[in-house]
Amino acid sequence: MTGLPSRSLALLLWACVTSSLSIAQTLDILQVSGNASAQYRYFVDDGQRPGLANTDISLAGELEFYYPVQDSRDSLIFIPFYRWDENDDERSQGDIRELNWHKVERDWELTVGLDRVFWGVTETVHVVNVINQVDLAESPDEEDLLGQPMVNLTLIRDWGSVDLFLLPYFRERIFPGPDGRPGASPNISNSRAIYDSGAEQWHTDVAVRWSNSTGNWDLGAYQFYGTSREPRVDPAFYHVEGDGQIELIPIYNIINQSGVDVQGTFDAWLLKLEAIYRDGPQESFFSGAAGFEYTFFDVSGSGADIGIVSEYLFDDRSLVVSTDNDDDDISLGLRLALNDINSTEMVAAVVQDVDDSSRYFYLEASRRIGDAFKLSIEARGVDNVAVDNPLRIYEDENYLQLELGYYF
Amino acid sequence: MSISKYVAALVVINLPGFAAVTNAQDGAGGSEPGAAITAQQRGLEIAAEADRRASGYGDSEEVFTMTLRDKRGNQRTRTLRLRSLEQTDDGDWSLTIFDEPADVKGTALLTYSHGLEPDDQWIFLPALKRVKRISSKNKSGPFMGSEFAFEDLSSFELEKYHYAYLRDEACGELQCTVSEWIPAYEHSGYSRMEVWQDQSEYRSHRIEFYDRNGNHLKTLLMDDYRLFEERFWRPMHWQMTNHKTGKVTELDYDSIEFGMGFTPRDFDQNSLKSAK
Repeated sequence: MTGLPSRSLALLLWACVTSSLSIAQTLDILQVSGNASAQYRYFVDDGQRPGLANTDISLAGELEFYYPVQDSRDSLIFIPFYRWDENDDERSQGDIRELNWHKVERDWELTVGLDRVFWGVTETVHVVNVINQVDLAESPDEEDLLGQPMVNLTLIRDWGSVDLFLLPYFRERIFPGPDGRPGASPNISNSRAIYDSGAEQWHTDVAVRWSNSTGNWDLGAYQFYGTSREPRVDPAFYHVEGDGQIELIPIYNIINQSGVDVQGTFDAWLLKLEAIYRDGPQESFFSGAAGFEYTFFDVSGSGADIGIVSEYLFDDRSLVVSTDNDDDDISLGLRLALNDINSTEMVAAVVQDVDDSSRYFYLEASRRIGDAFKLSIEARGVDNVAVDNPLRIYEDENYLQLELGYYF
Repeated sequence: MSISKYVAALVVINLPGFAAVTNAQDGAGGSEPGAAITAQQRGLEIAAEADRRASGYGDSEEVFTMTLRDKRGNQRTRTLRLRSLEQTDDGDWSLTIFDEPADVKGTALLTYSHGLEPDDQWIFLPALKRVKRISSKNKSGPFMGSEFAFEDLSSFELEKYHYAYLRDEACGELQCTVSEWIPAYEHSGYSRMEVWQDQSEYRSHRIEFYDRNGNHLKTLLMDDYRLFEERFWRPMHWQMTNHKTGKVTELDYDSIEFGMGFTPRDFDQNSLKSAK
């Protein structure tokens, strides 16, 4: 956790609240919600490194404190998160997902503090997200975002919204630890990192994004300058642990990144594109995805929706581990929503490499139990991986996950 | 309200009175040759008058509980808030905020309705902090697993139906007109509806929904009408029964407030992200 900035921010926010109202009044307006969950993972194969467990139990909890400032549209929010994991010390950790003051005026908004920002439209990859670091120990799906310290000014105009970001502190990516699964082999270090910038984590990063909706189209475009959230991993940079295990050292470069996201919504068709161009030392490349989602609504009057998703994923970066400079894939997915009393949902997809036999797949399904519980099932893995495919590092890490969550 | 719409409303207001006079002259005889007004015209006039009486609300916030019951007596509740902003030249804007069940708390749905044209709709998913533009083609599917379809809860616009007056009928202590409404928009789950509206205040009391095969699918009853702002009648209780499954969904309003001071800024994607 970012010790100093978040603690001083918490004090500042607390001072804002208590200076204007008594504690009793504050507690009366404060809205508290949250969830607690128990998770079980089963790994089908023995891991590539010796001593890895085939089962894993984990517990997590998240609270949300939301304080609407009276006589305004402003608010304060605090979302702490903690997970305990049976095997992985790197996954056993706390994070402040959000801790910010949000000010809302007629033609501008301001967020100061830790926040999460999600951009992008595609189903199988989320390449345009650049504001927040992702927590890969929490899940490999890149949807768990670490709280990012920021000042975010949003200007609202007739021709769209402009978001200006000042990001004074960088959070390193969290990888599964040596005992954590699903993890890469060799393992990637969480304690060592190489930075381009002498300021390391204190390099001030900036971003500007324009977004607008006109008719059937939703558009976004941005420019980012600063520390790449995604590190480069080069087999030439490694560290030998005391037990003889090799750990790769992540390299965080200063990059310029341009990104676009586009969605066209026509009847039951969603047409999607998101793409980036990243320019940094030792790497300049395009990456992205384009595709569609088509939904059959209320199939045969059953109330259920069935959606078909297909996307073309492209990435032309040079990979040290690959003989092929392009990594292009085609995904085919199915989304099912029963729209029943228990909100039963499922999404499954296969992502097939266009050049070789390699593919990866995932399935996510959930349903509510009673009013307060939700049961989720997830399966994720790789199949038929070619020797020189980057997915190779995830071989033997296929898993099935069950999770029971309690919401309040 | 714009001047032109005000003038249009003044024109409309005279028509039901004219229709009533015509009807009195005809007695119970119905539309004989030479009757000044057809069943379709009369149906449209009733709907237009009801629409006129519901117009001019400006903005509102409604808090309600949705109770879902099946035949075996299982019961679930959902709590929602619905914020609306009236549009004079187009369909109304709305923001639906989900408070319960807890796993969907903070989820919000933003809708710009467009009458016969497809609505623009975005959903905010709080777990991912993601705003997603979604297809509004889904009219007939169930809303949150309830017996209400999306189209049952959408903003009323006059051009969305073809109307025909059927008959007069007592409805409780009141006298109602019964009209047939046939959806003019695409992808409706209904071939037609029969709507009971009282003759004094044009409030809807009962709607029967017929599926695409013409079978009586659902019945909606609305009661406990209360008067807001001295001119808007709103039912505090709705009950939808599905005759095919025996399932029942009730809506109970905790509060309805007008004059919230909402602006278009309260119905954009930035506000969708921070709707709580």
